[in-house]
Amino acid sequence: MNPTENNSICPNVVDASCRVPLLALFGGAALWLVLGLVLGIAAMLSFHKPDLFADCPFLTYGHASAAANDLLLYGFAIPAALGVMLWIFARLSQSPLALPIVPVVAAHLWHVGVLVGTISIFLGNSTGHTWLEYPRGASVLLFAAFMLVAVSCVATMGFRVNRELYPSHWFLFAALLWFGWSYATANLFLIGHHPPRGVVQAVIDWWLTNNLLFVWLALAGVGIAFYLLPKIAGKPLASSGYALFAFLTLVFFGAWVGIPPGAPVPAWLPTVSAFAALLSVGPVVAIAIVTWKTVGGANVSCQGGPFCFIKFGMLSFVVSSLLYLGEFCPHYSCVVGLTWFNAGVTQWQLLGFAGMILCGGIYEILPRVMNRELPFAKLARVNFFLFAGGTLLFVIPLLIGGVEQGWKLSDAAVPFADTGAVALKFLRISTTGQLLVLIGALCLLLNILVMTIQWKLGLVKGAIAAVTAPLTTSEVKS
Amino acid sequence: MKTGFSVFLAALVAFGASWLGLVYGPLQQLGGAKETTVLQSGDKWPAQRTGAATLGLQVYQGNGCAACHTEQVHQTGAANVISITDLGSHKAADLRDFITSLMVVPELMNCSNAVTGNLAGWNGELPKVLYCGAQDTVVSLLGDKLKAVGVKTEPRVIATGADIARGWGTRQSVAADYLYDSPVPLGSLRAGPDLAAIGVRAPDLNWQLEHLYAPRSVVKDSTMPAFRYLFTVQKVGASPAPDALVLPREFAPADGYEVVPTAEARQLAAYLVSLKNNVPLYEAPFTPITAAK
Repeated sequence: MNPTENNSICPNVVDASCRVPLLALFGGAALWLVLGLVLGIAAMLSFHKPDLFADCPFLTYGHASAAANDLLLYGFAIPAALGVMLWIFARLSQSPLALPIVPVVAAHLWHVGVLVGTISIFLGNSTGHTWLEYPRGASVLLFAAFMLVAVSCVATMGFRVNRELYPSHWFLFAALLWFGWSYATANLFLIGHHPPRGVVQAVIDWWLTNNLLFVWLALAGVGIAFYLLPKIAGKPLASSGYALFAFLTLVFFGAWVGIPPGAPVPAWLPTVSAFAALLSVGPVVAIAIVTWKTVGGANVSCQGGPFCFIKFGMLSFVVSSLLYLGEFCPHYSCVVGLTWFNAGVTQWQLLGFAGMILCGGIYEILPRVMNRELPFAKLARVNFFLFAGGTLLFVIPLLIGGVEQGWKLSDAAVPFADTGAVALKFLRISTTGQLLVLIGALCLLLNILVMTIQWKLGLVKGAIAAVTAPLTTSEVKS
Repeated sequence: MKTGFSVFLAALVAFGASWLGLVYGPLQQLGGAKETTVLQSGDKWPAQRTGAATLGLQVYQGNGCAACHTEQVHQTGAANVISITDLGSHKAADLRDFITSLMVVPELMNCSNAVTGNLAGWNGELPKVLYCGAQDTVVSLLGDKLKAVGVKTEPRVIATGADIARGWGTRQSVAADYLYDSPVPLGSLRAGPDLAAIGVRAPDLNWQLEHLYAPRSVVKDSTMPAFRYLFTVQKVGASPAPDALVLPREFAPADGYEVVPTAEARQLAAYLVSLKNNVPLYEAPFTPITAAK
């Protein structure tokens, strides 16, 4: 389904137009990923040694865990996805990026917003709403930056040579629309001047959480995979009928999930969410079928390359989405509802799905837009195995520990201290996995950093060469 | 999905529906909620917090306490309970035999094992729970039969579920409980116990402060991090500060020093003590113990 790029505009021109904005987005994203993982490990240390940060307000668990989660989502996943999306929109349009300076400005605004938000959390100025901890100033920066990138994406889409739309277009375009809408709604209602009374705040927060972690990540991640998988496999996306079904059901049903069973809200809300979660199994299965058919039989030896990253990411998408949707079934929720299981699923979505697809995308795209090989191609392959192994080692103990914790919590005869003790041994294994993911993230950061330095050195050398070059005779007057 | 406009339209309708359903709908239904009335009483619920407790919610929010603590009690059902409150002129052993003999009544046969099990080894302490279960006919019938022989009983409706059995609350949390909370700290992980009724379980401000400074000094197996940064360790002046914490030896600072809570610690403790959900509401009814006595 992807366009054959054999018309007048050379792909090199398209790639080169994305160079600066993508470096700005990816570089910051990789840095925030490393920082987020370090903070995540620091947060977990509080469970291994509860008095470690007793005198240090900045790193107390409530601060470090919120900052770590926000860095993974707002610091890494969203800007990295925006970078890959910019390139895909330009490639699909077969035209250079429209307004290339706008996403560069946006990338810097975004990173400043993340920095301001993270510092605010450390200083104890979190808003207290899950996944919306950044205070007003930071949210405004993030929103403005996102809208700027969206303008550039949509303008590039408008200039497309071939008027046909591809499945990636649907998913990525909807992702642009939905983040702006849901993020603005949640911020205006929850951290505006007149927040609504009582439990409506929690409902809006759950709605936003679902829209970011499930719907948005799915739209962006699947949209990216539906472009890159066929491209690497060298054959068109299988069955765009299934893809259309997946897209429509995901946006129509997925956006209604989010209110957990048993929440202290009017009963119709969790009931609607449970039903929507059941219906949302449809798009997940459809996406799995499309991916399976596209990847199956592709003669690509990936050996830890981008193809491996994206395949693992799609597998993670299917598994983590099914686990996530299962949490909204009242039957399971009464066991795993308020346990580490939630955290495990969220980390799987963020690192196993979004993280994998985005890393694969970055490794695939960077050499093209920079027009040079990766400086440490081996480290990129090591990165895959560290990410894959580390993510599984990170999340699976949390899932099992969560179920066991849930069983004990739902039996009042078990003392409460035992429910924490049972989770503790799983948290220890899980922290080891986190460390592996962190080492993988360092490989990514190193590759991007060295590539940026090489490129800047190249620019300086070019400039020096241009200045010191002997004048050609034709330019010399008399 | 051939044109950009059709994609836009599909996404607009889908997301618009979700927005109307899960944002606009709840805002219409609950956004203008007012205080409700406590069942069998004219009291308003929830009560306004004191100034210190209101500031304490901000300390709770800023320190991310909701990362490990929930403030939502879940309930799986309700049960009818009948207990004996006064033996009248009877002896416990005689009454046990009498109640056992009642179990041949057809309506009571289903619960005969439960009731005789409850009475096994009973030597007269009161109040004594006779029956706790779904059937209200059992409660009314037992009440009538025992009233006839001059034994006083008390029928009650109670909430059931693991959270209730753990003592985390007397009923489930409902929307009305959070009217004055902003943000609403429902939480999503129970790494620590639920706090919806911590003010009922631990109403002592000094206990709360000591627990914040050194959790393991009052709860031996606690995994909670200590929040020593909310306290000041200072040299004892001419006389000890009136609000200095009284700590066990191993948690106390060096001799000549004392631990004084900062304003933030005091506000946080005031907030925790204000957390209660022990009144019956229309959405979550139960028979309070005090009202029946």
